[in-house]
Formats: sequence, structure tokens, C-alpha cells
Amino acid sequence: MDFDELLAPFRYDYMLTALWVSALIGGVCGLLSCFVTLKGWSLMGDALSHAIVPGVAIAHLAGFPFALGAFLSGLLAAIAMGVVRARSALREDAVIGVVFTAFFAVGLYLISTNPAGISLKSVVFGNILGIADEDVRQVCAVAALTLVVLALKWRDLVLFCFDPNQARALGINTAVLHYTLLTLLAATAVAAMQTVGACLVVATLITPGVTAYLLTDRFSRMLGIAGAIGVSTGFLGAYASYHLDGSTGGCIVVLQTLLFLAAFVFGPKHGVLAGRRRRSEAAQI
Amino acid sequence: MNHANLDVVVEAVTVSYNNGHIAVHDASFRLGPGMISALVGINGSGKSTLFKTIMGFLTPAKGRVLVAGRPVREAQKANLVAYVPQTEEVDWSFPISVHDVVMMGRYGHMSFLRLARAEDRRLVEESLRRVDMWAFRDRQIGELSGGQKKRVFLARALAQQARVILLDEPFTGVDVKTESAIIALLRELRDTGHIMLVSTHNLGSVPEFCNHAVIINRTVLASGPIGEVFTEENLARAFGGVLRKFRFNESTVGRHDDRTVTLISDDERPLVLGKHGHLEFAKRTEHRDLVEKRENEEGR
Repeated sequence: MDFDELLAPFRYDYMLTALWVSALIGGVCGLLSCFVTLKGWSLMGDALSHAIVPGVAIAHLAGFPFALGAFLSGLLAAIAMGVVRARSALREDAVIGVVFTAFFAVGLYLISTNPAGISLKSVVFGNILGIADEDVRQVCAVAALTLVVLALKWRDLVLFCFDPNQARALGINTAVLHYTLLTLLAATAVAAMQTVGACLVVATLITPGVTAYLLTDRFSRMLGIAGAIGVSTGFLGAYASYHLDGSTGGCIVVLQTLLFLAAFVFGPKHGVLAGRRRRSEAAQI
Repeated sequence: MNHANLDVVVEAVTVSYNNGHIAVHDASFRLGPGMISALVGINGSGKSTLFKTIMGFLTPAKGRVLVAGRPVREAQKANLVAYVPQTEEVDWSFPISVHDVVMMGRYGHMSFLRLARAEDRRLVEESLRRVDMWAFRDRQIGELSGGQKKRVFLARALAQQARVILLDEPFTGVDVKTESAIIALLRELRDTGHIMLVSTHNLGSVPEFCNHAVIINRTVLASGPIGEVFTEENLARAFGGVLRKFRFNESTVGRHDDRTVTLISDDERPLVLGKHGHLEFAKRTEHRDLVEKRENEEGR
């Protein structure tokens, strides 16, 4: 493979778009993944990423922006989970399981009965290489909104994740923070659906965060590492998918998983090898 | 803030859960400045429900809680109330340093963006030094011992500069040295007119540092100065059948002075009650008023 071939992806407009949009979404999801994993909302992220599918289908049928439709159905699912949780004795994982599969099923049905509308494949597996300009604009709006909210309120969100009681004791409205985080989660899930598809959205909302968690014990550094992982794997995944002629979403998530495995084994403090070294040192004393 | 206006008033509070179960019924008491009050009761007595209601986490079905004459939410916004959580409630693996935890106590004093100013940093340092934890400021919180963990959250309450401090089981999992340090600190705060409400199941330590108690079992059984409410009768009503009791009416081995009582306890401090079921303190000197009162009663 010569140098010219390595630069080949950069000669196509659709590839250039795919590269920077993947990097942008990857970065935003990476930042958010820190909050999602520390709040214990991993399963919630998975649920939301599936619950947005009927919203996307309805938006296409009714002709309004897909981001709006997805967002509303994600929020509706979150509220439905909250209501069932509060009004029943069911465990949270069961409630999440019931609600998100119901939403996803409705979405699948709507898409399958209207084959002219949207392709099921692009919703479930993503289609960043064929992304429309209008969709790029929507993704950019979502990313910008998320970055602004995080820049302004990340300290409050960290407090909310770490010690919601202290937030309340300080007179901070935790319900607002709860729905802010939920809204950001739904919005970025919508954006990430474009690159990796509904099935793998949850990976981009968890893997960078847990990888960064293994590498540091300061939240601000965790944000930096997770953001960098998101941007680099988004870019490199899209780039690799050109040469491998494979699924972009698959490439991005495989790269993220490789980084996670590296951190899991070689992490300086929380890695498996470091733990083994500490134990053997302790045994010698 | 004028100390004279500071109080915590719990007024005919009834708290019920979604399923209709009533956890606390018609509870009333008042705390004033300079009080360290113990909230005591068995598990399921509504102790933690009442505690959460005073924190504003639960809304009473009837009655109200006022702090300095204001509803709890308003008092919290004015940074009047601080909270020291139970050790089990905290996520110790969270990637956060001791210093940053204490800085969170300052958030209520900061602007929208929560940017720390020089004053915030100064108070964080002062609070950490006061609990002897400044040297540990860069540690991740999970790398601390049980007593050190407790002191970090105490420092956070100090940094918040709240006049009312609620402590939930402050002595669980804490070494004797930290327990004494915490008690010394609470006494300092008492002397500067703070109000402290301590939820605890460790009865023996209560007379050591509390000057007031609220005894609860579904409702407030008794509240008032410790010497008056910590009686065998009240405690039997609150803890009936739960506590182990040793009564020494006379020495079991020798014919010496049977007024001398020694209790040895390996874990928690024992509670010692005198002949007529009233409270005994470790040091007589701190409770002259009570000693005189009892002498008058007995002289009668």
C-alpha cells in the first residue's frame, strides 16, 4: 500500500464528511460517557438508543426533523420508565427492559410497513457514508448544544453523579440536573445513531468512559481522556472502514474495545497487571 | 446571621410512603443554637425518614419543618444546612480527590459556573486543616481509612459554613481517635452557636457529646435536655426488648461499695444508668447543674 493510497479517503467529499462527523460525534459521546458510567446509567443509555427508533420513523413519515422525533420518543421512553418504576414494585432493570423493547418494536413495525420512507439498515447499523447534508446540520446542532451545556454545567453534573443528596442540601434543583443529563443522553444517542447505528450507540456512550476510568482517578482527566478516545476512534474508525470496506460503526466500536482491553490489562493503577504486581509486592513484605 | 433567630422547628410532621404506610406520625420538637441533639431510635423507628424530611428529601404529608423560620428549601438555598452522609451512601470509587469533595461544599456560595475564588480555596484549606486532613488533599477518596473518610465529609460541612449540620451515623466504622476528634470539633461548633442533629444508634456515646436528645419510635417519645429525656423509662419505650441490659444492684463477688459500677465494652460505648434509672455521665464536672438538681431531689 503506497502513500497515495493512504490518502485516498481524503479525496472524496463523502469520506471527508464521514471522517469529521464521526470524530465530532465520537468526542461528544466520549465526554458524556464519563457521566453515564459514573451515574450508573449504562443500561439507560442502551434503552434510550433503542427507544429513539420509533421517533425517527414517525419523523420521516410526518416530515419533520428526525432529531426532534428521536428526541421526543427518547424522552417519552424515559418518562414511561420513571412512571412504571414509581408505580410498581418491579426492579429497575426489568422496567428498562420492558419499556425500551416495546419502543424498539413499535419503531421496527413502523419502518417495515413503510419501506419507501427510511431504510431499516441505516437506522440499526448507521450510514455515515451516505449521510445527507440536512442530517449533518442536525448532528452539528446536537453536538454544539451538548458541548455548551457540558461546558457550563459539568461541575454541577459531577456533583449530581457523585452525591445527589449534597446537591439537594445546597438547594440545587436535582430534578433539573436529572432531566438535563437525560436530555443530553437522548440527544447524543440520536447523533450517534447516524455513525454507528442504534445497536452500537450504547458502546460509544460507555466504552470511552470506562476506559478513561481505568486510567485515572481525577474526573477532569477522565473527561479529557474519554473525549480524546471518542474523537480519535471516530476518525480512525471511519478511515479504516474505507480501506477495510467494512461497517463504519463496527470499525469505531472495535477500536474503542481494543483501547478498553489495553487499559484493562496495562492500566497503571487499575489494570490487571498492576493489580497482580501490587499483590505480589504485598506478599513479599 | 443573628444566632438568636436560628432554630430548627419540626411541627406536627407526618410522613407517609406511596403505599400508604405511615413512617412518622405527628412528630414535633425544636432545636436552638448551641444544641447538639441526638436523634435516637431503633431501625424502622422512622429515624432516617425524619432525618430525610428535615433535609427536604421527603415532603411531609402533614405538618412542616422550618429552619430559621423558613421552609427547608429556602434555608438550603441560603446555605444554612449542611449534611454529613453515612459512609455506606458514598461511592468511594468515584474519581475525585479529597480537595475536590470539600470544594463541593462551596458550590452554594459560587456563581452559575462554580468557579472557585481565592476565598473558596482558603476556606477549603482551613476546613481540611481543622480536621487534620490537609496532607491528604490530593488522595482519591477511596484511598482513605474509615475515620479519614468521615473527616473529609465533616470538612465539607465546615467549608459550607452552614449554621445547621445534620450528621447521619457519624461514628460507624470510625476509630477511637477520630471519634474523639469529631466530638471535639462538634463541641467547638456548639460553642459558636451551631445546631447539630446527630442520628445515631450508638447510645453510649450520646451523653459524651450531646446536650439534647430526641427519642423516636414512629413519633417523638421525648425530646429535651439529655439528662431529662435519657431515662431508663424513655429508652425502654424506644428500644423495648432490643437492648441488652446489665443491672448491678450489688457486687457479685465482694462485699465492697456497691455504688461503684464498671462496665467494659469492646465495641460501642455502654450507656450507664444510675440507681433510679437516670443517666450517668463519664465526667461529673461537666454537669454541675444536673448534679445539684439530683442532690436537691434526693434531699427532699
